[in-house]
Amino acid sequence: MAEQVAIEEGLFTWPSDDPRLLGSQCQDCGAIIFPMQSGCPRCASDDTKPKELGTRGKLWTWTIQGYPPKSPPYAGDVENFEPFGVGYVEIHDEVKVETRLTTADKDLLKIGMEMELKFIPAYTDDDGNEVITFAFAPVER
Amino acid sequence: MSKPEVAIVGIGIHPFGRTPERTGQEQGVYAVRQALKDAGVEWSDVQFAFGGSQAAGAADTMVSKLGLTGLQFINVANGCATGGSALFSAYNTIASGAFELGLAVGYDKHERGAFRVNTRSSGLGDWYGKQGLALTTQFFGMKINRYMQNHDISHNTLAKVSAKAFRNAEHNPNAWRRQPISEEQILESDMLSYPLTKFMFCSPAEGGVALLLARADQAHKYTDTPVYLNAAVVRSRRWGSFEVMAPWLALEDGDGPTVDTSKAAFEMAGIGPDDIDLAQLQDTEAGAEIMHMAENGFCEHGEQERIIQQGETEIGGRFPVNTDGGCLANGEPVGASGLRQVYENVLQLRGSAGKRQVPNDPKVAYTHVYGAPGISGVTILSK
Repeated sequence: MAEQVAIEEGLFTWPSDDPRLLGSQCQDCGAIIFPMQSGCPRCASDDTKPKELGTRGKLWTWTIQGYPPKSPPYAGDVENFEPFGVGYVEIHDEVKVETRLTTADKDLLKIGMEMELKFIPAYTDDDGNEVITFAFAPVER
Repeated sequence: MSKPEVAIVGIGIHPFGRTPERTGQEQGVYAVRQALKDAGVEWSDVQFAFGGSQAAGAADTMVSKLGLTGLQFINVANGCATGGSALFSAYNTIASGAFELGLAVGYDKHERGAFRVNTRSSGLGDWYGKQGLALTTQFFGMKINRYMQNHDISHNTLAKVSAKAFRNAEHNPNAWRRQPISEEQILESDMLSYPLTKFMFCSPAEGGVALLLARADQAHKYTDTPVYLNAAVVRSRRWGSFEVMAPWLALEDGDGPTVDTSKAAFEMAGIGPDDIDLAQLQDTEAGAEIMHMAENGFCEHGEQERIIQQGETEIGGRFPVNTDGGCLANGEPVGASGLRQVYENVLQLRGSAGKRQVPNDPKVAYTHVYGAPGISGVTILSK
């Protein structure tokens, strides 16, 4: 049976019952960025530590990818391409993260709406594994 | 206005668009020969060159066609600001007193369709491209989508910017897309990255531009119509800016590099936005032209809706923008694009822009480029 694998190690905690995005936080000025990196782009400190990010935020802006991206680098199915949503979600009091959105319906997306973290299949790799990535979905009311 | 130290004394261009029979480098050579002819100088008179292309090879290989004179030739690679960076470097080389006559040249030849992004050379993980985030078009869609909501810009105003570009290009023999397209057609074309449609985006394309620079006090040796470089500035992004190819943004919102570059350029020239008679502003897509009007200090955020609806940015308007059709109608051969803007402004200030000439004898003109991963270049030119 096909296995589920993370799109990249270290991008989010995986496997996990409650996976979280992994950013880094500057130990000097507190700035949070995503994904993890050494070095703080705000204060130039080199003292950063991994930080699990929150799972809720507000939709800061969005668009819909309406045409198949060039492959490579895109690993998704170009032949049967379906438009997908992309946005920045401002994770509460942490950082804005660029992300796939679970919907590509413009009528369902509104700047400022509450969003929550999800994990979705991005593509199938050469070994037949289902590659998982992060995405944000509008919070059901 | 500050006393200029550097003048543009010769200009050359290879038509933009698609030229299957010429390599990118050959288009660059073509532009250089035109610039030499324009200034009445020989290649052997040129003391130095800065040149670049993103996708069409190292510019210094041009010497094998132009002549092996032993000049100092430095390749420039700085993303969408490659042309602007070549010009900035040439400007400083003359202003410093190192040389008296030199060249800024840029050309490119990109494959069809949107830019193919190499995520690793952009400092990004493979995951970013694999899941479909490595697209410059997404950034532009997301930036203008938020801007339209915050500042009440309409979809029709986006269409008006594109329609103006194609209309202006009709009178530019070097432009690529020279057929006027109606606002309705623009709005109804394929939605590539909401809210931007196919005809609201520029395409990568091909072309070449060369500019010959000299010491200002020697400019009249080469031309009766020197155009002076009062400012040439390049800046990169700071904390809080919203940039193309960014997996994350700071919690705090801040100004982009365009704002910093523009302020520094006005300071260098010793003038303000009200002194500018026309501008070429980075219009990777229609929304970019709108946002860059405010980021460069030419209006307040949100004023563009009225300004564009009233036609003030048309060639005959109060403040003409992208008089040669901009990136929208010329395409964006990265190495040449910023230099094309300067080429157009030199034509306009010389009064030789033909049917697209800005009326009433313009005297001061402005160029602005913006690109990945958050860089901007501005020049201010005067006669």
